Amino acid sequence: MKEKKGFSPGRRRFLKGLGGGIFVFFAFGMLPAQERPRQGRELPADFNAFLRIAPDGRVSCFTGKIEMGQGVVTSFAQILAEELDVPVTSVDMVMGDTDLCPWDMGTFGSRSTRFFGPPLREAAAEARAVLIGLAAERLGVDKGQLVVEAGVVRDRKNSGKRIGYGQLGRGKTIERHVTPKPSPKRVSDYKVVGKATPHNDGVAKVTGRATYAGDVRLPGMLYACVLKPPAHGAKLKSVDTSAVEGDKETILVRDGDLIAVLHRYPDGAETAIAKIKAMWDVPRSDLDPKTIYPHLLKVAPPGETVSEGGDLKAGERLARRTFDATYRDHYMAHAAIETHTALASFKGGRMTVWASTQNPFGAREEIAAALALPAEKVRVVAPFVGGGFGGKTFNVQAVAASRLAKLTGRPVQVAWRRDEEFFHDTFRPAGLAHIGSGVSGDGRIVSWAYDVYFSGPRGAGQLYAIPNHRELSHGHYTGITGAHPFRTGAWRAPGSNFNTFARESHIDMTASSLGIDPVEFRLKNLGEKRMAAALTAAAERFGWKKGATPSGRGLGVACAEDAGTYVAAIGEVDVDRTSGRVRVKRIVCAQDMGAVINPDGAAAQMEGALFMGLGQALTEEVPFKGGAVLVKNFDTYEIPRFSWLPRIETVLVENNEVPPQGGGEPPITVVAASIGNAIFDAVGARLFDLPMTPERVKEAMAGRRAKS
Amino acid sequence: MVKGVEFILNRKRVRVETDDERMLLWVLRTDLALTGTKYGCGEMQCGACTVVIDGKAARSCQTPLKEVAGKEVLTIEGLETNGSLHPLQRAFAEMGALQCGFCTPGMIMNAYALLMEHPTPTEADIIGGMEGNLCRCGAHTRIVKAIKAAAPEMRGGRK
Repeated sequence: MKEKKGFSPGRRRFLKGLGGGIFVFFAFGMLPAQERPRQGRELPADFNAFLRIAPDGRVSCFTGKIEMGQGVVTSFAQILAEELDVPVTSVDMVMGDTDLCPWDMGTFGSRSTRFFGPPLREAAAEARAVLIGLAAERLGVDKGQLVVEAGVVRDRKNSGKRIGYGQLGRGKTIERHVTPKPSPKRVSDYKVVGKATPHNDGVAKVTGRATYAGDVRLPGMLYACVLKPPAHGAKLKSVDTSAVEGDKETILVRDGDLIAVLHRYPDGAETAIAKIKAMWDVPRSDLDPKTIYPHLLKVAPPGETVSEGGDLKAGERLARRTFDATYRDHYMAHAAIETHTALASFKGGRMTVWASTQNPFGAREEIAAALALPAEKVRVVAPFVGGGFGGKTFNVQAVAASRLAKLTGRPVQVAWRRDEEFFHDTFRPAGLAHIGSGVSGDGRIVSWAYDVYFSGPRGAGQLYAIPNHRELSHGHYTGITGAHPFRTGAWRAPGSNFNTFARESHIDMTASSLGIDPVEFRLKNLGEKRMAAALTAAAERFGWKKGATPSGRGLGVACAEDAGTYVAAIGEVDVDRTSGRVRVKRIVCAQDMGAVINPDGAAAQMEGALFMGLGQALTEEVPFKGGAVLVKNFDTYEIPRFSWLPRIETVLVENNEVPPQGGGEPPITVVAASIGNAIFDAVGARLFDLPMTPERVKEAMAGRRAKS
Repeated sequence: MVKGVEFILNRKRVRVETDDERMLLWVLRTDLALTGTKYGCGEMQCGACTVVIDGKAARSCQTPLKEVAGKEVLTIEGLETNGSLHPLQRAFAEMGALQCGFCTPGMIMNAYALLMEHPTPTEADIIGGMEGNLCRCGAHTRIVKAIKAAAPEMRGGRK
């Protein structure tokens, strides 16, 4: 196959050093050229993933996606095994290496299985057709007569005529480019996909052999600590490094704004950095957790329409009763247990960086730009990533490690300490949502005016069949200059995790005011069948008994659509009226995520998202004063722990008609709302602010609403 | 100050020449190249660095090297015997009691010490004993199940 003109870096680059085999190139989702039209660098124009069938019959899939606990290293292997008819144990995923894998936009937004799964399946099916074609030639048998079992092609009529996939290439390199087409395989014939499959990274992770960025060791490597300002926006006035200058074990680096100490031990670097005395100019700021809301409203840009329909004014005239409320949300940290880590090595003009990143190609660009290197001279490898949740998409630590490696000529590791992690994080932004709604005399919502500020548009679009509505999103979760005191960004189901709280609290308040059961009220106002089916499934599993709220039972309902998935949850809580403490006893969650590749993996993702959501609901809030982040470790930033564990039950609503949709994010969107609604059901007090701390619960019970 | 510290590491005698005030976590991860034990917080608040010292769970991020002189230290790398997984490791892997896997070595080592102390733990024992170990992915339900499942095998002599 000939290389197309202007097709560089093309396939040749990827084939180098891989040995022989059969290579199948394919494209999924958006191609690099479409994603980054003006990037100015040459990117492969017609593929962004490929398969290799090695002479030993093993199948490798090369993709820029990364594994951070969401389980795609297993589910992608399942898809390949299914379509190629090979054992799942003979499939290797090669992920997140910018030299070995074609360009990828990054791993986030519950996109991996949704956008990569179907083309992967189709490409594998096409690859299988290519392999059968080759086998037909080699065996001199008609294609239609061949069957495949465990990677061996054989003549149905003469089982002596057989050949393994690996032998088809005869040690040579064969290249094919396929255009994914729908697979002829029927879901009912699946042997691997749709069946619970243990994580294929499980053994590596339980033995300590799984390599994370911080586990990579190079000869002569040094560990660095970087001087951290006391607040975002602070400028260095003066620095006294004399205490480390006499230390033969420590290398001091000063390069513009970057001041770092390097040591052969990580703890040595930590001790040394503490000896540096710096004076900073900290900009004055009145922003704190109270003043941030009027400030955000003041600086908010005009809203952009997320969705709209009907005539809002006409709807308001139809309304018999109206409901008006503002919901608020605080800054939250990602708090992955693995902090941002990178090891950089600069040799022969080439930079190689092992980084904990959700975005290896983005990291490559950040590093190339910071060091004025061509991107081709930078290789980023993302080994196993110890949790991301949207927080590992910017790569400040990888840039710092690269700068230090280039300056010192030694391999350098930068691994944030926990207080640095809480400082450099791209926090989930504080945000507000205002809802003005109206209900007709027969219990139908007839108008809905929604304005969300700075949380982002995802999940703000209308879920219910409301004839007159408009949803506006002001600002975005990435913030605008002058909005937030520090950098903000995506956090598991960004936007959606707050928009759902606001909408579903409001829906619940409406149902309660009308004296209608919250499940019944939702079903009455929902138009989408998949949503209604998910809610019904959750109610059935829960054993929902009808009743208007507050019933004293402590039960709360919430629904959402996120990442193409319809999800509903019912939570059950106990509220201690004296302390205001909320204990979540049970959460039932049902989701229709389309076809499910690995039901056990999907259930694990749901359980994880539901448990993580408890923190958003009950405790997680980043205290700050201006650009100073007032949280340093887990003692002042409480994430969910074992004693919080409710009974968690997950239901996968079967729907093989729809291709696989997002799995790891959608369930987190419904947690806070179902708990807030359950608190209301328990004690009759509505919470408008997240997280629902004991203080806020007590305030709400005392009738001092945060409503504004 | 630099001293030679001797202890038993994963059933083998080792001697490290270094400042004995250094924390065991960093000595394991750098001097001894055992990277299974993880840094998560540095202040005994997350449990990612948990190892077992003389049968008890300990946070290696705040354990000075001198404190393990003459003692038996077990890390995640020492849990397999003759190439076969420990019942806890097998249960965690088979039951999907992990996602990103970063907290997993600390979870398993903490659970190991827990089961040494409570061979027939109740669910409350497990939850109480694991409380100081954080997992951000939310694998908790499965971790509790995996520990329960491994308990009978550990009682059966597989330490």
